[in-house]
Amino acid sequence: MTLSAQSLDAGPRPLRARLAARRVPLSILALCLLPWILPSEALAVNVLVYGLVAVGYNLLFGYTGLLSFGHAAFFGTGAYVTGIAIGRFDVPWFAALALGVAAGGALAFVIGLLSIRTRGIYFSMVTLALSQLVYYIALQASSWTGGENGLRGFTVSELNLFGWTVDFLDPVKKYYVIMVFAAAALWFVSRILNSPFGSVIEAIRENETRARACGYDVERTKLISFTLSGLICALAGTLFALHLAIVPLDILHYHTSGMIVMMTLLGGAGSFFGPFVGAFAFLLMEDVVSLWTPHWQIVVGSVFILFVLFLPKGIWGTLMAWRAGR
Amino acid sequence: MSAPLLAVENIGRRFGGFVALEGVTASFASNKVTAVIGPNGAGKSTFFNVLSGVLPPSTGTMRFKGRDLAGTPQHRFAHLGIARSYQITNIFPELSVHENVRVAAQAFRSRYDIWRDRAALTELDDKAAAALAAVGLTHRGSATAKFLAHGQQRALEIAIALVADPELLLLDEPTAGMGPEETKEMIALIEKLAAERTILLVEHKMKMILGLSDRILVLHHGRLIADGNPQQIQSDPEVRRVYLGQNDGYA
Ligand SMILES: Nc1ncnc2c1ncn2[C@@H]1O[C@H](COP(=O)(O)OP(=O)(O)OP(=O)(O)O)[C@@H](O)[C@H]1O
Ligand SMILES: [Mg+2]
Repeated sequence: MTLSAQSLDAGPRPLRARLAARRVPLSILALCLLPWILPSEALAVNVLVYGLVAVGYNLLFGYTGLLSFGHAAFFGTGAYVTGIAIGRFDVPWFAALALGVAAGGALAFVIGLLSIRTRGIYFSMVTLALSQLVYYIALQASSWTGGENGLRGFTVSELNLFGWTVDFLDPVKKYYVIMVFAAAALWFVSRILNSPFGSVIEAIRENETRARACGYDVERTKLISFTLSGLICALAGTLFALHLAIVPLDILHYHTSGMIVMMTLLGGAGSFFGPFVGAFAFLLMEDVVSLWTPHWQIVVGSVFILFVLFLPKGIWGTLMAWRAGR
Repeated sequence: MSAPLLAVENIGRRFGGFVALEGVTASFASNKVTAVIGPNGAGKSTFFNVLSGVLPPSTGTMRFKGRDLAGTPQHRFAHLGIARSYQITNIFPELSVHENVRVAAQAFRSRYDIWRDRAALTELDDKAAAALAAVGLTHRGSATAKFLAHGQQRALEIAIALVADPELLLLDEPTAGMGPEETKEMIALIEKLAAERTILLVEHKMKMILGLSDRILVLHHGRLIADGNPQQIQSDPEVRRVYLGQNDGYA
Protein backbone atom coordinates (compact mmCIF):
# COMPACT_ATOMS: atom_id res chain seq x y z
CA MET A 1 0.00 0.00 0.00
CA THR A 2 1.17 3.45 -0.76
CA LEU A 3 0.55 6.18 1.72
CA SER A 4 1.56 9.29 -0.15
CA ALA A 5 1.07 12.86 0.90
CA GLN A 6 -1.52 13.24 -1.79
CA SER A 7 -3.63 10.29 -0.81
CA LEU A 8 -4.03 11.89 2.62
CA ASP A 9 -5.78 14.88 1.09
CA ALA A 10 -9.50 14.34 0.97
CA GLY A 11 -10.59 16.94 -1.59
CA PRO A 12 -9.86 17.21 -5.31
CA ARG A 13 -6.39 18.19 -6.39
CA PRO A 14 -5.96 21.95 -6.06
CA LEU A 15 -5.84 24.01 -9.21
CA ARG A 16 -2.17 24.73 -8.70
CA ALA A 17 -1.35 21.02 -8.76
CA ARG A 18 -3.39 20.56 -11.94
CA LEU A 19 -1.65 23.53 -13.57
CA ALA A 20 1.73 22.20 -12.44
CA ALA A 21 1.10 18.84 -14.05
CA ARG A 22 0.48 20.58 -17.39
CA ARG A 23 3.00 23.33 -17.00
CA VAL A 24 5.03 22.59 -20.12
CA PRO A 25 2.17 22.51 -22.69
CA LEU A 26 0.47 25.47 -20.99
CA SER A 27 3.66 27.51 -21.03
CA ILE A 28 4.30 26.66 -24.68
CA LEU A 29 0.73 27.63 -25.52
CA ALA A 30 1.22 30.99 -23.81
CA LEU A 31 4.46 31.54 -25.72
CA CYS A 32 2.71 30.65 -29.01
CA LEU A 33 0.14 33.38 -28.40
CA LEU A 34 2.67 35.97 -27.28
CA PRO A 35 3.41 37.65 -30.66
CA TRP A 36 -0.35 38.14 -31.21
CA ILE A 37 -0.89 39.67 -27.77
CA LEU A 38 2.08 41.98 -27.59
CA PRO A 39 2.17 45.21 -29.63
CA SER A 40 5.27 44.18 -31.62
CA GLU A 41 7.10 41.04 -32.64
CA ALA A 42 10.34 42.66 -31.53
CA LEU A 43 9.04 42.88 -27.96
CA ALA A 44 7.81 39.30 -28.20
CA VAL A 45 11.24 38.02 -29.25
CA ASN A 46 12.87 39.97 -26.42
CA VAL A 47 10.45 38.55 -23.87
CA LEU A 48 11.22 35.11 -25.23
CA VAL A 49 15.01 35.44 -25.10
CA TYR A 50 15.23 37.28 -21.77
CA GLY A 51 12.55 35.01 -20.35
CA LEU A 52 14.66 32.03 -21.34
CA VAL A 53 17.77 33.38 -19.67
CA ALA A 54 15.67 33.98 -16.56
CA VAL A 55 14.37 30.40 -16.81
CA GLY A 56 17.97 29.18 -16.67
CA TYR A 57 18.75 31.49 -13.79
CA ASN A 58 15.59 30.43 -11.96
CA LEU A 59 16.79 26.83 -11.89
CA LEU A 60 19.76 27.93 -9.80
CA PHE A 61 18.27 30.79 -7.82
CA GLY A 62 14.61 29.86 -7.50
CA TYR A 63 14.93 26.11 -7.15
CA THR A 64 18.41 25.52 -5.72
CA GLY A 65 18.57 28.70 -3.65
CA LEU A 66 21.88 30.10 -4.92
CA LEU A 67 22.05 33.82 -5.61
CA SER A 68 24.54 34.15 -8.46
CA PHE A 69 25.47 37.62 -9.70
CA GLY A 70 27.46 36.28 -12.62
CA HIS A 71 25.00 34.76 -15.05
CA ALA A 72 25.72 37.40 -17.68
CA ALA A 73 28.92 35.43 -18.29
CA PHE A 74 27.03 32.40 -19.62
CA PHE A 75 24.45 34.43 -21.54
CA GLY A 76 27.26 36.48 -23.12
CA THR A 77 29.55 33.55 -23.82
CA GLY A 78 26.76 31.74 -25.65
CA ALA A 79 26.18 34.85 -27.77
CA TYR A 80 29.84 35.59 -28.53
CA VAL A 81 30.82 32.03 -29.37
CA THR A 82 27.88 31.67 -31.73
CA GLY A 83 28.64 35.01 -33.37
CA ILE A 84 32.34 34.28 -33.76
CA ALA A 85 31.68 30.77 -35.06
CA ILE A 86 29.39 32.12 -37.79
CA GLY A 87 31.19 35.37 -38.59
CA ARG A 88 34.75 34.14 -38.53
CA PHE A 89 34.59 30.43 -39.26
CA ASP A 90 31.47 30.21 -41.40
CA VAL A 91 30.10 27.49 -39.16
CA PRO A 92 26.48 26.50 -40.02
CA TRP A 93 23.99 28.14 -37.67
CA PHE A 94 22.96 24.96 -35.90
CA ALA A 95 26.55 23.95 -35.14
CA ALA A 96 27.29 27.51 -34.03
CA LEU A 97 24.36 27.30 -31.67
CA ALA A 98 25.62 24.01 -30.24
CA LEU A 99 29.10 25.50 -29.81
CA GLY A 100 27.70 28.51 -27.97
CA VAL A 101 25.73 26.31 -25.60
CA ALA A 102 28.69 24.02 -24.99
CA ALA A 103 31.06 26.93 -24.33
CA GLY A 104 28.63 28.61 -21.93
CA GLY A 105 28.06 25.31 -20.14
CA ALA A 106 31.80 24.66 -19.85
CA LEU A 107 32.35 28.14 -18.45
CA ALA A 108 29.52 27.57 -15.97
CA PHE A 109 31.18 24.37 -14.85
CA VAL A 110 34.48 26.17 -14.24
CA ILE A 111 32.95 29.20 -12.49
CA GLY A 112 30.78 26.79 -10.51
CA LEU A 113 33.83 24.81 -9.39
CA LEU A 114 35.49 27.99 -8.19
CA SER A 115 32.48 29.48 -6.43
CA ILE A 116 30.32 26.66 -5.09
CA ARG A 117 32.23 26.15 -1.86
CA THR A 118 31.59 29.70 -0.74
CA ARG A 119 28.31 30.59 0.87
CA GLY A 120 25.79 33.40 0.94
CA ILE A 121 27.12 36.83 0.02
CA TYR A 122 30.57 35.38 -0.69
CA PHE A 123 29.13 33.13 -3.34
CA SER A 124 27.39 36.10 -4.95
CA MET A 125 30.60 38.13 -4.88
CA VAL A 126 32.78 35.36 -6.31
CA THR A 127 30.38 34.79 -9.20
CA LEU A 128 30.23 38.55 -9.78
CA ALA A 129 34.01 38.88 -9.81
CA LEU A 130 34.55 35.91 -12.13
CA SER A 131 31.94 37.16 -14.58
CA GLN A 132 33.55 40.60 -14.60
CA LEU A 133 36.80 38.84 -15.42
CA VAL A 134 35.08 37.37 -18.48
CA TYR A 135 33.85 40.87 -19.34
CA TYR A 136 37.39 42.27 -19.26
CA ILE A 137 38.73 39.43 -21.33
CA ALA A 138 36.08 40.16 -23.97
CA LEU A 139 36.95 43.87 -23.78
CA GLN A 140 40.67 43.19 -24.25
CA ALA A 141 40.33 40.55 -26.95
CA SER A 142 38.79 43.11 -29.29
CA SER A 143 40.21 41.50 -32.42
CA TRP A 144 37.93 38.56 -31.67
CA THR A 145 34.99 40.23 -29.95
CA GLY A 146 34.94 43.69 -31.47
CA GLY A 147 35.65 45.14 -28.02
CA GLU A 148 33.47 48.10 -27.08
CA ASN A 149 31.88 48.23 -30.52
CA GLY A 150 30.42 44.79 -30.06
CA LEU A 151 30.57 41.82 -32.39
CA ARG A 152 29.07 42.30 -35.86
CA GLY A 153 29.10 40.78 -39.26
CA PHE A 154 27.42 37.44 -38.74
CA THR A 155 23.91 38.12 -40.00
CA VAL A 156 21.92 34.95 -40.52
CA SER A 157 19.18 35.67 -42.99
CA GLU A 158 17.89 32.16 -43.50
CA LEU A 159 18.11 28.96 -41.52
CA ASN A 160 18.67 25.60 -43.17
CA LEU A 161 18.22 22.32 -41.46
CA PHE A 162 17.51 18.91 -43.00
CA GLY A 163 16.52 20.49 -46.27
CA TRP A 164 14.16 22.96 -44.63
CA THR A 165 14.70 26.66 -45.18
CA VAL A 166 13.21 29.35 -42.98
CA ASP A 167 13.35 33.05 -43.76
CA PHE A 168 14.94 34.36 -40.57
CA LEU A 169 14.33 38.00 -41.52
CA ASP A 170 10.57 37.49 -41.23
CA PRO A 171 9.91 38.48 -37.59
CA VAL A 172 7.05 36.04 -37.06
CA LYS A 173 8.98 33.08 -38.43
CA LYS A 174 12.01 34.14 -36.46
CA TYR A 175 9.91 34.23 -33.31
CA TYR A 176 8.62 30.71 -33.78
CA VAL A 177 12.05 29.29 -34.58
CA ILE A 178 13.42 30.75 -31.36
CA MET A 179 10.34 29.56 -29.53
CA VAL A 180 11.05 25.95 -30.51
CA PHE A 181 14.32 26.17 -28.59
CA ALA A 182 12.68 27.92 -25.66
CA ALA A 183 10.04 25.19 -25.57
CA ALA A 184 12.71 22.49 -25.57
CA ALA A 185 14.48 24.24 -22.69
CA LEU A 186 11.23 24.52 -20.73
CA TRP A 187 10.57 20.85 -21.23
CA PHE A 188 14.12 20.10 -20.05
CA VAL A 189 13.77 22.24 -16.92
CA SER A 190 10.43 20.63 -16.12
CA ARG A 191 12.06 17.22 -16.56
CA ILE A 192 14.80 18.20 -14.08
CA LEU A 193 12.26 19.46 -11.55
CA ASN A 194 10.11 16.34 -11.88
CA SER A 195 13.05 13.99 -11.47
CA PRO A 196 14.53 12.84 -8.15
CA PHE A 197 17.20 15.48 -8.76
CA GLY A 198 14.45 18.08 -8.40
CA SER A 199 13.74 16.86 -4.87
CA VAL A 200 17.42 17.11 -4.01
CA ILE A 201 17.91 20.72 -5.14
CA GLU A 202 14.68 21.66 -3.38
CA ALA A 203 15.99 20.06 -0.18
CA ILE A 204 19.27 21.96 -0.53
CA ARG A 205 17.38 25.21 -1.04
CA GLU A 206 15.31 24.52 2.08
CA ASN A 207 18.10 23.40 4.40
CA GLU A 208 21.59 22.72 3.21
CA THR A 209 22.93 21.26 6.46
CA ARG A 210 20.00 18.88 6.77
CA ALA A 211 20.42 17.78 3.15
CA ARG A 212 24.07 17.01 3.83
CA ALA A 213 23.26 15.11 7.02
CA CYS A 214 20.69 13.11 5.03
CA GLY A 215 23.52 11.86 2.83
CA TYR A 216 23.48 14.23 -0.14
CA ASP A 217 26.69 15.49 -1.68
CA VAL A 218 25.57 19.11 -1.55
CA GLU A 219 28.54 20.61 -3.38
CA ARG A 220 28.31 18.19 -6.26
CA THR A 221 24.57 18.72 -6.60
CA LYS A 222 25.01 22.49 -6.59
CA LEU A 223 27.68 22.23 -9.25
CA ILE A 224 25.40 20.17 -11.49
CA SER A 225 22.58 22.66 -10.99
CA PHE A 226 24.93 25.57 -11.66
CA THR A 227 26.14 23.98 -14.88
CA LEU A 228 22.64 23.12 -16.13
CA SER A 229 21.54 26.65 -15.33
CA GLY A 230 24.54 28.03 -17.25
CA LEU A 231 23.72 25.81 -20.24
CA ILE A 232 20.22 27.22 -20.51
CA CYS A 233 21.45 30.80 -20.16
CA ALA A 234 24.03 30.10 -22.87
CA LEU A 235 21.26 28.80 -25.13
CA ALA A 236 19.40 32.06 -24.56
CA GLY A 237 22.63 33.88 -25.47
CA THR A 238 23.06 32.05 -28.75
CA LEU A 239 19.43 32.79 -29.67
CA PHE A 240 19.99 36.42 -28.72
CA ALA A 241 22.97 36.57 -31.10
CA LEU A 242 21.06 34.95 -33.96
CA HIS A 243 18.14 37.29 -33.36
CA LEU A 244 20.02 40.59 -33.19
CA ALA A 245 22.96 39.71 -35.48
CA ILE A 246 25.10 41.75 -33.12
CA VAL A 247 26.54 41.04 -29.68
CA PRO A 248 26.99 44.20 -27.61
CA LEU A 249 29.79 44.07 -25.04
CA ASP A 250 27.24 45.03 -22.37
CA ILE A 251 25.77 41.55 -22.53
CA LEU A 252 28.67 40.42 -20.32
CA HIS A 253 28.49 43.31 -17.89
CA TYR A 254 27.21 42.77 -14.37
CA HIS A 255 24.31 45.10 -15.23
CA THR A 256 23.02 42.23 -17.32
CA SER A 257 23.42 39.82 -14.38
CA GLY A 258 21.47 42.26 -12.23
CA MET A 259 18.75 42.50 -14.86
CA ILE A 260 18.46 38.70 -14.95
CA VAL A 261 18.08 38.63 -11.16
CA MET A 262 15.42 41.38 -11.33
CA MET A 263 13.42 39.67 -14.07
CA THR A 264 13.43 36.40 -12.14
CA LEU A 265 12.35 38.06 -8.92
CA LEU A 266 9.68 40.22 -10.61
CA GLY A 267 8.12 37.17 -12.22
CA GLY A 268 8.57 34.97 -9.17
CA ALA A 269 11.65 32.97 -8.23
CA GLY A 270 10.84 29.30 -7.99
CA SER A 271 7.76 29.56 -10.20
CA PHE A 272 7.84 27.78 -13.53
CA PHE A 273 6.43 30.40 -15.88
CA GLY A 274 7.41 33.38 -13.71
CA PRO A 275 10.63 34.17 -15.58
CA PHE A 276 8.72 35.02 -18.79
CA VAL A 277 6.27 37.16 -16.86
CA GLY A 278 9.20 38.90 -15.17
CA ALA A 279 11.00 39.49 -18.46
CA PHE A 280 7.81 40.90 -19.93
CA ALA A 281 7.18 43.19 -16.95
CA PHE A 282 10.76 44.43 -16.97
CA LEU A 283 10.92 45.10 -20.72
CA LEU A 284 7.49 46.75 -20.71
CA MET A 285 8.53 49.07 -17.90
CA GLU A 286 11.75 49.88 -19.69
CA ASP A 287 9.88 50.60 -22.94
CA VAL A 288 7.11 52.68 -21.44
CA VAL A 289 9.03 54.58 -18.80
CA SER A 290 11.95 55.43 -21.08
CA LEU A 291 9.48 57.25 -23.34
CA TRP A 292 8.97 59.99 -20.78
CA THR A 293 12.21 59.98 -18.82
CA PRO A 294 15.78 58.93 -19.60
CA HIS A 295 16.06 57.95 -15.93
CA TRP A 296 13.85 54.90 -16.38
CA GLN A 297 16.15 52.85 -14.18
CA ILE A 298 15.05 54.85 -11.13
CA VAL A 299 11.45 53.88 -11.76
CA VAL A 300 12.24 50.26 -12.55
CA GLY A 301 14.49 50.07 -9.49
CA SER A 302 11.76 51.49 -7.25
CA VAL A 303 9.21 49.03 -8.57
CA PHE A 304 11.72 46.26 -7.96
CA ILE A 305 12.23 47.34 -4.34
CA LEU A 306 8.46 47.45 -3.81
CA PHE A 307 8.25 43.91 -5.13
CA VAL A 308 10.99 42.59 -2.87
CA LEU A 309 9.29 44.24 0.11
CA PHE A 310 5.63 43.52 -0.60
CA LEU A 311 5.43 40.77 -3.22
CA PRO A 312 8.42 38.54 -2.55
CA LYS A 313 6.85 35.75 -4.61
CA GLY A 314 6.76 37.98 -7.67
CA ILE A 315 3.86 38.48 -10.08
CA TRP A 316 3.38 34.91 -11.22
CA GLY A 317 4.32 33.32 -7.90
CA THR A 318 1.78 35.48 -6.06
CA LEU A 319 -0.90 34.75 -8.62
CA MET A 320 -0.34 31.00 -8.27
CA ALA A 321 -0.33 31.16 -4.48
CA TRP A 322 -3.51 33.22 -4.55
CA ARG A 323 -5.28 30.78 -6.87
CA ALA A 324 -4.13 27.89 -4.72
CA GLY A 325 -5.51 29.54 -1.59
CA ARG A 326 -9.06 29.73 -2.99
CA MET B 1 33.48 -9.99 23.08
CA SER B 2 32.49 -8.82 19.63
CA ALA B 3 34.21 -5.88 17.93
CA PRO B 4 32.67 -2.53 18.91
CA LEU B 5 30.37 -0.75 16.46
CA LEU B 6 32.22 2.50 16.98
CA ALA B 7 35.62 3.08 18.54
CA VAL B 8 37.20 6.49 19.03
CA GLU B 9 40.72 6.96 20.24
CA ASN B 10 42.22 10.12 21.62
CA ILE B 11 39.69 12.28 19.77
CA GLY B 12 40.17 16.03 20.09
CA ARG B 13 38.84 19.17 18.46
CA ARG B 14 40.21 22.70 18.61
CA PHE B 15 38.57 25.95 17.49
CA GLY B 16 41.53 28.24 16.89
CA GLY B 17 43.34 28.21 20.20
CA PHE B 18 40.33 26.93 22.13
CA VAL B 19 40.25 23.22 22.96
CA ALA B 20 36.62 22.08 22.91
CA LEU B 21 37.35 18.37 23.04
CA GLU B 22 40.49 16.58 24.13
CA GLY B 23 41.78 13.03 24.42
CA VAL B 24 38.44 11.22 24.37
CA THR B 25 38.79 7.46 24.04
CA ALA B 26 35.76 5.18 24.12
CA SER B 27 34.15 2.36 22.23
CA PHE B 28 30.50 1.58 21.78
CA ALA B 29 28.90 -1.84 21.49
CA SER B 30 25.79 -2.51 19.42
CA ASN B 31 22.27 -2.07 20.73
CA LYS B 32 23.09 -0.07 23.80
CA VAL B 33 21.99 3.38 24.89
CA THR B 34 24.83 5.61 25.97
CA ALA B 35 24.17 9.04 27.41
CA VAL B 36 26.70 11.85 27.15
CA ILE B 37 26.30 14.40 29.91
CA GLY B 38 28.20 17.42 31.16
CA PRO B 39 27.69 21.09 32.00
CA ASN B 40 26.94 23.66 29.29
CA GLY B 41 29.89 24.12 27.00
CA ALA B 42 31.46 20.81 28.07
CA GLY B 43 31.90 19.77 24.43
CA LYS B 44 28.98 17.34 24.07
CA SER B 45 27.68 18.75 20.81
CA THR B 46 31.23 19.09 19.54
CA PHE B 47 31.71 15.39 20.30
CA PHE B 48 28.57 14.58 18.30
CA ASN B 49 29.65 16.86 15.45
CA VAL B 50 32.91 14.93 15.24
CA LEU B 51 31.14 11.55 15.40
CA SER B 52 28.73 12.54 12.62
CA GLY B 53 31.35 14.03 10.30
CA VAL B 54 30.15 17.63 10.65
CA LEU B 55 33.55 18.57 12.04
CA PRO B 56 36.73 16.66 11.30
CA PRO B 57 38.60 15.87 14.50
CA SER B 58 41.83 17.80 15.14
CA THR B 59 43.41 14.73 16.68
CA GLY B 60 42.68 11.04 17.09
CA THR B 61 41.08 8.27 15.08
CA MET B 62 37.54 6.96 14.68
CA ARG B 63 36.58 3.50 13.49
CA PHE B 64 33.06 2.53 12.56
CA LYS B 65 32.56 -1.20 12.05
CA GLY B 66 36.34 -1.47 11.81
CA ARG B 67 36.58 1.14 9.07
CA ASP B 68 38.75 4.21 9.61
CA LEU B 69 36.61 7.34 9.17
CA ALA B 70 39.52 9.72 8.60
CA GLY B 71 38.86 11.95 5.61
CA THR B 72 35.31 10.71 5.12
CA PRO B 73 33.11 13.62 3.96
CA GLN B 74 30.07 14.36 6.09
CA HIS B 75 27.48 13.23 3.57
CA ARG B 76 28.99 9.72 3.52
CA PHE B 77 28.18 9.16 7.18
CA ALA B 78 24.47 8.60 6.56
CA HIS B 79 25.40 5.99 3.93
CA LEU B 80 27.74 4.22 6.34
CA GLY B 81 25.01 3.97 8.95
CA ILE B 82 25.43 6.99 11.21
CA ALA B 83 22.49 9.39 11.42
CA ARG B 84 21.71 12.17 13.84
CA SER B 85 19.37 14.81 15.15
CA TYR B 86 20.54 18.27 16.15
CA GLN B 87 20.28 20.23 19.38
CA ILE B 88 18.41 22.94 17.48
CA THR B 89 15.65 21.39 15.36
CA ASN B 90 16.99 20.85 11.86
CA ILE B 91 14.29 19.91 9.34
CA PHE B 92 13.03 21.18 5.96
CA PRO B 93 10.54 23.73 7.29
CA GLU B 94 8.75 24.57 4.02
CA LEU B 95 8.29 20.98 2.83
CA SER B 96 5.47 18.71 3.90
CA VAL B 97 6.15 16.32 6.76
CA HIS B 98 5.92 13.41 4.36
CA GLU B 99 8.29 15.05 1.87
CA ASN B 100 10.79 15.78 4.67
CA VAL B 101 11.22 12.08 5.28
CA ARG B 102 10.76 11.03 1.67
CA VAL B 103 13.62 13.17 0.40
CA ALA B 104 15.81 11.76 3.17
CA ALA B 105 14.93 8.23 2.01
CA GLN B 106 15.78 9.17 -1.57
CA ALA B 107 19.42 9.82 -0.63
CA PHE B 108 20.01 6.06 -0.65
CA ARG B 109 19.09 5.42 -4.25
CA SER B 110 20.20 6.80 -7.61
CA ARG B 111 20.01 10.55 -7.30
CA TYR B 112 20.96 11.99 -10.64
CA ASP B 113 18.59 10.10 -12.87
CA ILE B 114 16.92 12.91 -14.77
CA TRP B 115 14.70 10.69 -16.91
CA ARG B 116 12.75 9.24 -14.01
CA ASP B 117 9.74 10.79 -12.34
CA ARG B 118 10.32 11.41 -8.67
CA ALA B 119 6.68 10.66 -7.94
CA ALA B 120 7.10 7.21 -9.50
CA LEU B 121 9.47 6.11 -6.73
CA THR B 122 6.63 4.83 -4.57
CA GLU B 123 8.93 2.72 -2.42
CA LEU B 124 10.12 6.03 -0.98
CA ASP B 125 6.56 6.84 0.06
CA ASP B 126 6.37 3.51 1.85
CA LYS B 127 9.66 4.10 3.63
CA ALA B 128 8.63 7.61 4.64
CA ALA B 129 5.27 6.36 5.88
CA ALA B 130 6.96 3.67 7.95
CA ALA B 131 9.38 6.13 9.54
CA LEU B 132 6.56 8.56 10.29
CA ALA B 133 4.54 5.75 11.83
CA ALA B 134 7.51 4.81 14.01
CA VAL B 135 7.57 8.29 15.55
CA GLY B 136 3.79 8.65 15.66
CA LEU B 137 3.39 11.32 12.98
CA THR B 138 1.34 9.42 10.42
CA HIS B 139 -1.61 11.77 10.84
CA ARG B 140 0.50 14.87 10.09
CA GLY B 141 1.99 13.68 6.79
CA SER B 142 0.47 16.39 4.60
CA ALA B 143 1.11 19.27 7.01
CA THR B 144 3.87 21.75 6.25
CA ALA B 145 6.70 20.92 8.65
CA LYS B 146 7.05 24.42 10.09
CA PHE B 147 3.46 24.32 11.35
CA LEU B 148 4.03 21.31 13.58
CA ALA B 149 4.23 21.71 17.36
CA HIS B 150 7.76 21.83 18.73
CA GLY B 151 7.68 18.28 20.04
CA GLN B 152 6.37 16.97 16.72
CA GLN B 153 9.15 18.76 14.87
CA ARG B 154 11.69 17.03 17.10
CA ALA B 155 10.01 13.69 16.37
CA LEU B 156 10.02 14.50 12.65
CA GLU B 157 13.76 15.06 12.77
CA ILE B 158 14.16 11.62 14.30
CA ALA B 159 12.02 10.14 11.53
CA ILE B 160 14.33 11.81 8.99
CA ALA B 161 17.30 10.14 10.69
CA LEU B 162 15.49 6.80 11.03
CA VAL B 163 14.66 6.47 7.37
CA ALA B 164 18.40 6.02 6.77
CA ASP B 165 18.04 2.83 8.81
CA PRO B 166 21.17 3.79 10.78
CA GLU B 167 23.01 1.38 13.04
CA LEU B 168 24.19 4.32 15.11
CA LEU B 169 21.77 7.07 16.01
CA LEU B 170 23.05 10.27 17.60
CA LEU B 171 20.42 12.36 19.40
CA ASP B 172 21.55 15.77 20.63
CA GLU B 173 19.13 16.80 23.39
CA PRO B 174 16.02 15.25 21.80
CA THR B 175 13.79 16.66 24.55
CA ALA B 176 15.22 20.20 24.42
CA GLY B 177 12.44 22.73 24.96
CA MET B 178 9.78 20.07 25.58
CA GLY B 179 7.19 20.05 28.32
CA PRO B 180 6.67 17.01 30.57
CA GLU B 181 4.02 15.41 28.31
CA GLU B 182 6.13 15.65 25.16
CA THR B 183 9.19 14.50 27.07
CA LYS B 184 7.36 11.38 28.19
CA GLU B 185 6.46 10.55 24.60
CA MET B 186 10.03 11.11 23.47
CA ILE B 187 11.36 8.79 26.18
CA ALA B 188 8.94 6.08 25.07
CA LEU B 189 10.09 6.58 21.48
CA ILE B 190 13.77 6.32 22.38
CA GLU B 191 13.10 3.16 24.41
CA LYS B 192 11.39 1.64 21.41
CA LEU B 193 14.23 2.59 19.05
CA ALA B 194 16.84 1.27 21.47
CA ALA B 195 15.59 -2.26 20.95
CA GLU B 196 17.24 -2.46 17.55
CA ARG B 197 19.76 0.34 17.31
CA THR B 198 22.78 1.77 19.02
CA ILE B 199 21.92 5.15 20.45
CA LEU B 200 24.11 7.94 21.73
CA LEU B 201 22.20 10.66 23.46
CA VAL B 202 23.04 14.04 24.92
CA GLU B 203 20.64 15.08 27.64
CA HIS B 204 20.37 17.30 30.69
CA LYS B 205 17.35 15.64 32.29
CA MET B 206 18.95 13.32 34.86
CA LYS B 207 15.96 11.17 35.70
CA MET B 208 15.47 10.44 32.05
CA ILE B 209 19.12 9.57 31.56
CA LEU B 210 19.26 7.24 34.55
CA GLY B 211 16.14 5.45 33.34
CA LEU B 212 17.18 5.10 29.70
CA SER B 213 20.90 4.53 29.60
CA ASP B 214 23.03 1.45 29.83
CA ARG B 215 26.07 3.63 30.16
CA ILE B 216 26.93 7.25 30.80
CA LEU B 217 29.91 9.34 29.63
CA VAL B 218 30.64 12.56 31.46
CA LEU B 219 32.42 15.40 29.67
CA HIS B 220 33.87 18.39 31.45
CA HIS B 221 35.88 21.11 29.70
CA GLY B 222 36.19 18.81 26.71
CA ARG B 223 37.64 15.91 28.67
CA LEU B 224 36.06 12.59 29.50
CA ILE B 225 36.03 12.54 33.32
CA ALA B 226 33.88 9.47 33.86
CA ASP B 227 32.57 6.49 31.92
CA GLY B 228 30.43 3.82 33.52
CA ASN B 229 26.96 2.50 34.23
CA PRO B 230 24.39 4.76 35.91
CA GLN B 231 25.21 3.49 39.44
CA GLN B 232 28.93 4.09 38.98
CA ILE B 233 28.32 7.58 37.60
CA GLN B 234 25.94 8.51 40.42
CA SER B 235 28.48 7.61 43.03
CA ASP B 236 31.49 9.12 41.28
CA PRO B 237 32.72 11.95 43.53
CA GLU B 238 34.16 14.06 40.73
CA VAL B 239 30.99 13.81 38.66
CA ARG B 240 28.94 14.85 41.69
CA ARG B 241 31.21 17.82 42.19
CA VAL B 242 31.22 19.19 38.62
CA TYR B 243 27.79 18.27 37.46
CA LEU B 244 25.27 16.35 39.49
CA GLY B 245 25.53 18.51 42.58
CA GLN B 246 24.28 21.55 40.72
CA ASN B 247 21.46 19.83 38.87
CA ASP B 248 18.12 20.21 40.58
CA GLY B 249 16.45 17.57 38.43
CA TYR B 250 18.62 14.94 40.06
CA ALA B 251 17.12 13.23 43.11
N1 LIG C 1 32.06 26.06 15.61
C1 LIG C 1 32.61 26.52 16.76
N2 LIG C 1 33.52 27.52 16.73
C2 LIG C 1 34.08 27.98 17.86
N3 LIG C 1 33.79 27.51 19.09
C3 LIG C 1 32.89 26.52 19.20
C4 LIG C 1 32.25 25.98 18.04
N4 LIG C 1 31.40 25.00 18.43
C5 LIG C 1 31.50 24.96 19.77
N5 LIG C 1 32.40 25.85 20.23
C6 LIG C 1 32.78 26.05 21.64
O1 LIG C 1 33.15 24.81 22.16
C7 LIG C 1 32.66 24.66 23.46
C8 LIG C 1 31.84 23.40 23.56
O2 LIG C 1 30.64 23.62 22.84
P1 LIG C 1 29.53 22.49 22.68
O3 LIG C 1 28.47 23.05 21.81
O4 LIG C 1 30.18 21.24 22.26
O5 LIG C 1 29.01 22.36 24.17
P2 LIG C 1 27.84 21.49 24.75
O6 LIG C 1 28.44 20.58 25.74
O7 LIG C 1 27.05 20.87 23.67
O8 LIG C 1 26.98 22.60 25.50
P3 LIG C 1 25.39 22.74 25.66
O9 LIG C 1 24.99 21.89 26.81
O10 LIG C 1 25.20 24.20 25.97
O11 LIG C 1 24.76 22.33 24.39
C9 LIG C 1 31.88 25.92 23.80
O12 LIG C 1 32.71 26.77 24.56
C10 LIG C 1 31.59 26.52 22.45
O13 LIG C 1 31.56 27.92 22.53
MG1 LIG D 1 25.17 21.05 22.93
